Amino acid sequence: MVTGANLAAAREIAAAVPDPELPMVTVADLGILRDVVAEDGRLVVTITPTYSGCPALREIAHDLRHRLSRAGFAEVTVRTALAPAWSSDWITAEGRRKLQAAGIAPPQAVPPRAGSTHSGPVTLTLTSRREQVPCPRCGSPGTTQTAAFSGTACKALFRCEACREPFEYVKEI
Amino acid sequence: MTDDEFAAYQSLSEETEDHRWAFGTGFTDPLEGIDASVPDGVDAAALAAYCLMLGDDALVYSHRLQQWMTHLPELEEETALANIALDLLGQARMLLARAGLAESKGRQEDQLAFFRDEHEFLNVRLVEALDADFAELAGRLLIFSAWRLALFSQLAESADPVLAAIAAKGVKELTYHRDYAAQWVIRLGDGTPLSHAKMQAALGTVWPLVEELFEADPVTAALPGVAADPAGVRGEVGAVLDAVLDVATLGRPGSAPMARVAGKSGRDGVHTEAFGYLLAELQSLARAHPGATW
Repeated sequence: MVTGANLAAAREIAAAVPDPELPMVTVADLGILRDVVAEDGRLVVTITPTYSGCPALREIAHDLRHRLSRAGFAEVTVRTALAPAWSSDWITAEGRRKLQAAGIAPPQAVPPRAGSTHSGPVTLTLTSRREQVPCPRCGSPGTTQTAAFSGTACKALFRCEACREPFEYVKEI
Repeated sequence: MTDDEFAAYQSLSEETEDHRWAFGTGFTDPLEGIDASVPDGVDAAALAAYCLMLGDDALVYSHRLQQWMTHLPELEEETALANIALDLLGQARMLLARAGLAESKGRQEDQLAFFRDEHEFLNVRLVEALDADFAELAGRLLIFSAWRLALFSQLAESADPVLAAIAAKGVKELTYHRDYAAQWVIRLGDGTPLSHAKMQAALGTVWPLVEELFEADPVTAALPGVAADPAGVRGEVGAVLDAVLDVATLGRPGSAPMARVAGKSGRDGVHTEAFGYLLAELQSLARAHPGATW
């Protein structure tokens, strides 16, 4: 039975689940964890995928069930929410700090019209965007995008022109 | 790594009831926990067929992009195309699952992907051919993603909330796909005389398949407010392609549209020769060992 007191505990456990691809941040840091509530005595956890094909979602659901059952929550339902679609703007300040500390540049704010479905056609970008991503290692603003995609769909690849180190950037979406 | 970091992968080796499909992914239903009831007044059979159309476009094209893996000119293109293919596969899975729930015949995404025959696939013919070279890949991807982005932008307002959510998510992904393809078409078109010639030739190869993207079909017509009218995105897609071709110093090809077969094309289940071979590769293992898990 889920009560007020252990619901708070359940929230804490769920929030601490690491992302399988970016284990330095949690699902709460990334904004993947949407809700932890009690429904008719059952625990219901709602998560949302970052990208449509993200294979991490299943492992996250598995890990959530595993940790919560270990903590004594016998019946756990994990639900997927598709709307509203995940945005990199949901990554918390703490999540951004952890990404930066791990050498991954956190995302810039999503520009108002990008991905908007309410204001006409999506603008076409014919040149490499994001010229102002500071290097997460040396802080220099002089960086260049070397690839629009990286090891995962959510990241792009950059190089710092000052310290010459390559680094990943979590794309704004 | 700390224990917590390892814990993220522990579930991979655990003994559970949650077996993985040997040939599909290990995911449970991609729409798990989502209210998939068909809204009042919406033709459920037409909605299922419409989701198959959009899902098949993504599934088949994702497979073609996956076949490029290890053949691309540089590592950056390998990761880009792998991620684009993965995004499209994710869209396909949700759309096939949505089709299965709407038709209420008990078919799930794997049955729909692996156990339908060629004439039951409703994808457009644009996605079927194996690209002859990287220029053809860039041109086809530009046309496909510009068209799909325009459709999905409208579908984000669909009267079916599940389709609207899938589309709204897809818009963000397709924006990156279209930009990627556009930037390559420009680099090749406005590059050396050789790359320009190859890019122009590639456009000529792909162009006959463009007209089909804007043709009316009875499924869309049966879904007012739910489906996006293909003719309605012709202007937007044309403007995007013209903008890219202009910067790329390329001409809009004059090639005639590919003929329909007895009045039918991809949306009617009539496909090009290349599609049979693609489907055989996609389905043969799952059909040889139906229901296998690990």
